Formats: sequence, structure tokens, C-alpha cells
Amino acid sequence: MSGNGAWALVALLLVPLVGGAVVTLLRRDDRVAKYTALGFSLVEFVLAILTLFIYNPNGARIQLSVSVDWIASFGVHLSFGVDGIALVMLAMIALLSPVVIGASWADKLPEGRSAAGYFALLLVLESLVMAVFAATDVFLFYVLFEVMLIPMYFLIGFYGGPRRQYAAVKFFLYSFLGGLLMLASAIGCWSYAQSVTGTGTFDWQTLTTVVSHAPLHTQIWLFMGFFFAFAIKAPLVPFHTWLPDATAEAPIGVGVMLVGVLDKVGIFGFLRYNLPLFPQASKTLAPLLLTLAVIGVLYGSFLAAGQSDMKRFVAYVSVAHFGFIALGVFAFTAQGQVGAVTYMVNHSISTGMLLIVIGMIMARGRSKMIEDYGGMAKVTPILAGMLFLAGLTTLSLPGTNSFVSEFLVLLGSFPTEPVYSILATAGMVLAALYVLWLYQRVMQGPVRGNALVEVASTGPGAASDPAVGAKKIIHDLSGREKLVLAPLVALILLLGFYPKPLLDVVNPSVTATLHSVGVTDQGLTQGGK
Amino acid sequence: MPVLTGIAPVLAATEAPIQAPSIDYGAIAPVLIILIAACLAVLVEAFVPRASRWGLQVALALLALVLSGLTLVLHLKFVTAAGTTTLAGTVSIDRPAMFLWGTLLVLGLGSLLLIADRTVEPGGYFVAGLDGNGAPDRSPLGRARRAMGGVGAATLLEPTRPAGRTAAYVPSRSAVRTSQTEIFPLTLFALAGMMVFCAANDLLTMFVALEVLSLPLYLMCGLARRRRLLSQEAAVKYFLLGAFASAFFLYGLALLYGYAGSVRLSDIAHAAAGTNRSDALLFGGLGLLVVGLLFKGSVGPFHTWTPDVYQGAPTPITAFMGACTKVAAFGGILRVLTVAFSSTSWEWRGVLWAVAIVSMFVGAIVGLTQTDVKRMIAYSSVAHAGFLLVGAIALTPKGLSGTLFYLISYGFATIAVFGVISLVRTADGEASHLSSWAGLAKRSPLVAGVFTFLLLALAGIPLTSGFIGKFVVFSAGIADGEGPLVVLALIASTIAAFFYLRVIVLMYFSEPSPDGPTVSVPGPFTTAAITLGVLVTLVLGVWPTVVLNWAGGGGFAL
Repeated sequence: MSGNGAWALVALLLVPLVGGAVVTLLRRDDRVAKYTALGFSLVEFVLAILTLFIYNPNGARIQLSVSVDWIASFGVHLSFGVDGIALVMLAMIALLSPVVIGASWADKLPEGRSAAGYFALLLVLESLVMAVFAATDVFLFYVLFEVMLIPMYFLIGFYGGPRRQYAAVKFFLYSFLGGLLMLASAIGCWSYAQSVTGTGTFDWQTLTTVVSHAPLHTQIWLFMGFFFAFAIKAPLVPFHTWLPDATAEAPIGVGVMLVGVLDKVGIFGFLRYNLPLFPQASKTLAPLLLTLAVIGVLYGSFLAAGQSDMKRFVAYVSVAHFGFIALGVFAFTAQGQVGAVTYMVNHSISTGMLLIVIGMIMARGRSKMIEDYGGMAKVTPILAGMLFLAGLTTLSLPGTNSFVSEFLVLLGSFPTEPVYSILATAGMVLAALYVLWLYQRVMQGPVRGNALVEVASTGPGAASDPAVGAKKIIHDLSGREKLVLAPLVALILLLGFYPKPLLDVVNPSVTATLHSVGVTDQGLTQGGK
Repeated sequence: MPVLTGIAPVLAATEAPIQAPSIDYGAIAPVLIILIAACLAVLVEAFVPRASRWGLQVALALLALVLSGLTLVLHLKFVTAAGTTTLAGTVSIDRPAMFLWGTLLVLGLGSLLLIADRTVEPGGYFVAGLDGNGAPDRSPLGRARRAMGGVGAATLLEPTRPAGRTAAYVPSRSAVRTSQTEIFPLTLFALAGMMVFCAANDLLTMFVALEVLSLPLYLMCGLARRRRLLSQEAAVKYFLLGAFASAFFLYGLALLYGYAGSVRLSDIAHAAAGTNRSDALLFGGLGLLVVGLLFKGSVGPFHTWTPDVYQGAPTPITAFMGACTKVAAFGGILRVLTVAFSSTSWEWRGVLWAVAIVSMFVGAIVGLTQTDVKRMIAYSSVAHAGFLLVGAIALTPKGLSGTLFYLISYGFATIAVFGVISLVRTADGEASHLSSWAGLAKRSPLVAGVFTFLLLALAGIPLTSGFIGKFVVFSAGIADGEGPLVVLALIASTIAAFFYLRVIVLMYFSEPSPDGPTVSVPGPFTTAAITLGVLVTLVLGVWPTVVLNWAGGGGFAL
């Protein structure tokens, strides 16, 4: 059976997969492979835009649905469908993929690794992550949740930095453990459904009507399995330790996919699975989650300020932002959750841009340490401007996209959870600190640092004052790099000033999610934006 | 043995002139075919000239497996979901037995293909009489080998004398050039023993089957062409511990006979349902019996033989043991627990919970420290035995079908894994040390890819049969109220995933050492075995419905 426009969703899931296969076949010529990969990702992007128009924001809860029997004896189906939350994430992935491919165009890969393999894995990853967001069968969701680790594992392990083996294995094991606990809970849901209705099922919509009425202690146990999986994936403090390692070792493009897309599965999982399936448990355990969220905001911010490695910096910034998002989700108000969902999108844009710009800096300086840079704005003014913009949207300056969401999160959480809301606001102040301090150290002042200046034998004076040394030749942004950043800049400004289209798509789904938790909140009609 | 008199209570009760029990030849044809083929193979050893033996033996063994499989399939529609017994109630003909037979036959086929291969190890994997010049080997290794061979031959050879004797003693100059073929009748005997073992409906039949399957295995372990000392040490160790386990089984049997007055599983169940007998006999008997069974299934803490034997035995034999013995042992465990002891389950289940936990964690944690691929897979098999036990002690239809599915998926993955291990070689045999697997993906991407897929299957990653197996077993466990046990099993799975990942990391992300091993081009037999294993692992992972339905076709005959 399939709903209206299901073809678009199926195409959306298959195109990158086919692209991955084609690119693998073209591995003899890296150039052809790259263009093919870019072509497929652009086709995918066009498809995603089309899907946005097919989707009716005020229609059914799950649309474009398609379902085929898979393992009949366990009631497992291959079923896909999207709500507004999933749809904006699909669109986000479709946008980020060509950007990431463009940003990785000239990456120096480790010895003996082919660019074709890299791009093929990226496309396969894109397809799998999309499928994760689109799955409407809990079993299928689990399967894809684990399978998407495999391309990521190889992307980090093949193409990453010096400690890539450690990072790849750590990433894999953390997620795998979380996933297995989720599997236990999913089976628990199945058993519970069987004991109540007589037939076990993994269908999400059926489960939301059955499991949500389970006794509280059952709900809490089942909640915990999903919670661990998503808290590791999101990641919430204290389950976050894999993220800085993975981000620091992953190549820039992979880092963008990791922080921008993969981690969103965690928050998405809270919204799609934890809240509707276990409403009572969600409410009972909300203080725990809010505490973790606020700790994440503050802890992530402090550690971001203390980083000397730019990629780890982005990882900790993300930890702080995920804290904000979790705060919005578990405040149980429409404003908070709409804020959280739009924050998911905006975080992908802003952190994606921040990481890509840092990648461009690293491509010039061949170092990821902040201390190796200084005064770069004098040499590369456009790049400096881009870092500044990325920084401003990271610290949620009004007029940038992130501001809308962060403001909604704080606004939405204050009426129900004032203490957490106030504590989290301190995170906004810290954000200004760590972003501006990074910008100041890298871009401002005299040109200095090992990455930009030759410190070699120019006399004893040069060693103590690197600014005296010979400057390395460093170019500003190339045409390709400008093209890569252009869509992100456009979106930052567009969504900063006119976020209505995004809010309109997300709002009904958020209202429905809240409704399933028993909160009736008419969304943003009275709250405004 | 006085116990024998109790074997036919049915006949004794009728007091009529002794009638021969009715025999359902169609049902037991698969076993009979394998046994006849095994006897024929012994005759081939005795009478056919050495030069033409190998081809004949391979053809005979393969033919037997295929014929046996065909008769099994033909007879399948006569087997009702409730099942029946034959041979005066000593052998059950029910759906689980048919499933296990089918599993054993296809896994046996895979193992046989590996055993028959002569291209990877020139001349085959197995010891070829004396050393090249025909003179006795005077090295310490040679002396030790002769001593051990002597012990092995004297004690082990009773049931399979012709084959075993040739393997241990007959020196021949031509032996160096031609392969030894005793391995084929041995394999067939072991296979027939396994088939009877998991269909046996009384404990005595089970014990006989246990010995029929074990004795050839002890011998086969000691026949490695290379690293003979290790191989023979493994054989002796396996034999001594196996003899202990058999003794445990036999003592348990005796106590249970004392308790129930019968060795039939259903009679024991019937007796246990009453209350006027000594529980000490029942649980003492059950405990001893289960120790014997758990030993065969290499469930921790009765696993100590596993790593040494897996490492020392010739790799195709390790594959055969890893896959088929596990199937037979768990087939036996499932039947004994379900048929005879389900009414007392709440009294013994706690103990088996503990055993399962020990097995999973010993396998997973000790597996982390291994540096030899074969030992690593051995510990992995101990962990898998723990997972299997989770399903086996559920005693529900779902637990039964889940465990059966797990067995077939695990068996195929194991055979293919050992097939791949046999391909990675240095000048002195298999390069089983982990360090020599570094950078294998650069040298041989296909082999590394296949091995990665199999390791992911063993780790239980979705879209492989290993995942579906874990899923069905664990879901049966949760449905039966084993929630905490399943959570522990999941944690153990994650720990175990680490050592599989470690090999993948080594193969893909490390630089190959310059004097590393080479990857042999496999001959048609090994290629077929690995392909079979990989295909089944993939198909069962993506589309398990048919096999799941088959596994859930019916329960044990009572």
C-alpha cells in the first residue's frame, strides 16, 4: 500500500543509493566520479524541494507513506513516511550533501585512498540517514539506525586524521551499544502490544496507540532503552565523549554530516519515539532530561571556550546546542518544541558552515590548532568574513537563523521550567565568549602563528616574535569555495528574517507530538515569533 | 550395561511375544543413508587403490549428503506439527528434528567442501603418514607426535578402527604425495551421530549418539598436517575433557533412571510431574546431564577445551566442529529441557541463567585479549553459546524457533569464517596471528570484504543473519520474562563487537607489514563453501521469513 506522492519519498531514498553504486563503478577516474557524485546529490536536492511541495502541512500525521511486508512472522514492515519534522530534516540532508561534496572536492585524502570511494560512501550515508528519518516501523528504524554506522565508520576510519582508528571504533561501539538497548525496548514494545492486542507489531502508529497506555513502570523501562540510544546519538552529556574524538578525526565533510545530520537522529528519536510512545514516562523523567540538557549547555560552552583544536571546538559547541534542543523538546510547550525542531535545522546550517569554514582555514594552514593561526583576516578577508558570519549564527545573533530557534526554546521553556530556562540563558552569554574569542585569536591582530608564518632560521629575533618571519603565501576563497558557502549564507539570512515557511511545515507535526503527550497547545498562533 | 533392560518398557508392559518395533524407514532414511555411506567409505579405504581413493571418497560423501537431504525433503510433508516417534520410541520424528537434520546436512556439506579442498593447502589439510623421506622423525616434535599418536590410537579407535588405524600408523612413501582420505568416513560417522543426537528421544540413544559423534571428532582434531604437536595436544585435551563430560552425562542418566524408572524423556517428564520421588535424584541427574550437554555446546564455564581445540585442529575440522557440533549440542539441550524438564523449569532456570551470563561474558571479555584469529573465534563461539542459551531456556515455541534459526545462521557464518581464515597463509601454514592480518584489505580487498561481512554477522549488525538470529532469540527471551538476562546479553554483544571490529580495523586501517601473509586463491571447493556461507548469511539477514516459518513449524514430539 502506498499513499499519495509516495514515489517521491521512494525516489528520495533510492537516488543516493544508486548514485553510490554508480560512483563505485566509476572509481577508475576520480574526476568523473566526483562530478557524478555531485550530479546525483543535486538531483536529490531537486527531488527534496519537490517533496516539500507535495507534502501538505495540514494533512495527515504521516504522509507519502509506503509499506511492504518484510518479516511477516514478526509483523515487520518496510514502511516509510514523513511528518513535518522528518521532512525538514530530509530537505536539510539533501541540501547539505552537495555542499559537503563541494567542500570536500579538493580534500587531500590519506595515501592510497580513492576519492570515488569517499564520495560513494557519502552518498550511501545520505541515503541511509534519510531512510532513518523516514522509517515508520520501529524495527526498520533500528535496523537503519545501526546500518548507517557502517558507512560512517569507514568514512572516519579510511579518510580521517591520525587517530582515526580509535575514533572510528569508539564512535561505532558507543552507537552500537545504544542501538542494542533500543532494540531491547523495541522488542519490549512488541511484546507489550502482543499481550494487549494479541498480535505483536512494530508499526509506529499502532504502537503509539497501544504502548502509550502501558503502566508507568513499563513505560519507564521501555523509555530508558530508547533514551540511551538517543542520548548517545544526540549526544547529551555524559554520553558525549565519542563526539569530540569523532569530529576531530573525521575529514571536514564527514564531520559536517556527523554533527549536522547524524546527531539529529538522536533528537528526532526523542520527538518521534520517546514522547508519543511513552508519554507518562517522558513527563516523569523530564526533570532528569532537562538537567542533562542544561548541564550540556553549560559544560559544552565552557569546554568549547577551552579548546585549542578547532574541530573539537565545533564538537563542544554542538554539545551545548544539543542541550538547548533537548531543553526545548522536554519543556512540553509548542514554542519550545517548534524552537527545538527548527534549531535542528538551523544547527545543521550554522554548525555545518562553521565546520566548512574551519576546513577552509585548515586547508590553508595545514593545522587544526588555534595557536597556529593569528591575524588571518589581513590575508584572507572574505574567509574571515565567513568565519565571522558562521560565528554570529552560532552565537544566535538576532537576524541570523539560529536566533529564532534559540529564542523560541527559551521563550517556550520559561513558563513551564523557569529555572532550567534561566540557567540555559547563561549559555547564550558563554556562546558570545567562545565564538568571539575564537575569531579574535584566529583572525585578528598581526599575522602570526606557525601555520601562516615561516618561523625558520631568520635569526633569534624571529623566533621570539613570529610576526617578523616570512609570510606564507595564502589565497583567499576560491570560486568553488564561495559557491559552496553561498547557499548556507543565503539560508542563514533568509531563515533569520523570514522563518515562516519552516515554522509552517513544522508546527502541525509538533502540535500532534505534543497532543500525544497530552499537552494541548495551539502552537504558535498566539505565541508568534 | 544393566540400564539397557529399561529401554523397552513398552514391550515389557504388553507381555505379548516380543514383537519387533515398527520402524518408519522413510523418516530415518536421511540418517541411514549417511551411516551406510560412512560404512561404504570405510570399505573404500580398505579396498580401493590409494591413487583413486580421494575422488571416490569426495563423490561418495557429497552424494550421501545430497541423497540424505533429498529424502529429508521428500519425507517432510509426512511430518505433522505434533511429531511422532519411531524405533520403539527412541527416535523422534518431529519438525525440530527435521529442521536440525536439514541444518546439519547443509552445514555438513559446507564443512565437507572445506575438508575436501586440496588447493589451499597443497595435498590437503591432513597428516600424510610419515615425513617425506620415510624415516622416523627424530626431532622432539616428532617423538612427541608419535607418543601422542600412540595414545590416541590405543584409546580412541574402538568404533572406527580401520579409519583411525590408517590415519595414525600406516606409513607409505606415496602418502606424502597423495592426500589422506580417512577424514571422509570419520566426518560421515560424526555427522550421523549428530543427527541421531538431536532426534534421540531417550537418554541412552542420546548417549550412544554422543559417543558416535564425539569419537571421530577427537581423532579428526589430531590430524593436522602442519603444527602437529598443537593439533595432537588439542585432540588429547578434547578427548580427556570430552570423556569426563561423557561420564557426567552417563552419571546423570543413571540418576535419572533411578528417579523415573525409565530413560525416555517423556517418562522422566511424567515422573517429575508427580511428587512422591526424591528430588535429589532428579536434580542431581539433571545437573550432571546438563553439564555433559553444555560441554559439547562449548557453553562457559564448560568451555575450556574450546580455544585450544579450535586453534589446534585443522581449520576445516574447526569449521565442522564450530558449526555442526554446536547445532547438535543445542538440538539436544533444547529437546532434553523442553520434553523432559519443562515442568520443573522454575527450579533449574536460575542456574542456567547464571550459566548463560557466565558464558556470554567469559566469551566476550576473554575474547578481547586474544591474538590468534582462531582462538578469538573460539571465544566468540562461547559468547554465542550464551546467547543461544537465552533462547533455549525460554521453553516457548518462539524460543525454540528462535534458537533453531540462530543455529543455522551462526553455523553458516562460522563455516565461511573458517574458510576465509584458511586462505590467509604464510610459508609455514595459516597466518592465524592477528598481527599478520594487518592491511589485508590493500592486498586482497575481496577477502577482506567477505571477512568483514562475516564478522559483522557474528557481531549481529542488521542486514546479516546474525542480527535476525539475535533478534529472534532475544525477543523470545523478553517475551518469556528474561528481560534482565537479555539486557546483559546485549551488553555482552557490544563487548564482543569490539573484538570483531578490531579485526576490521586491522584489515582496513593498518598498513600491511612487508613480510605479511599471502592470500591463497581458493580452489573450487573452498570457494563454494565460502560463497554458500556468505550468501546464506546475507539472505537470512535480508529475507528470513521462509526459514523462520520453517523453524517455527512445530514443537517436539512427546
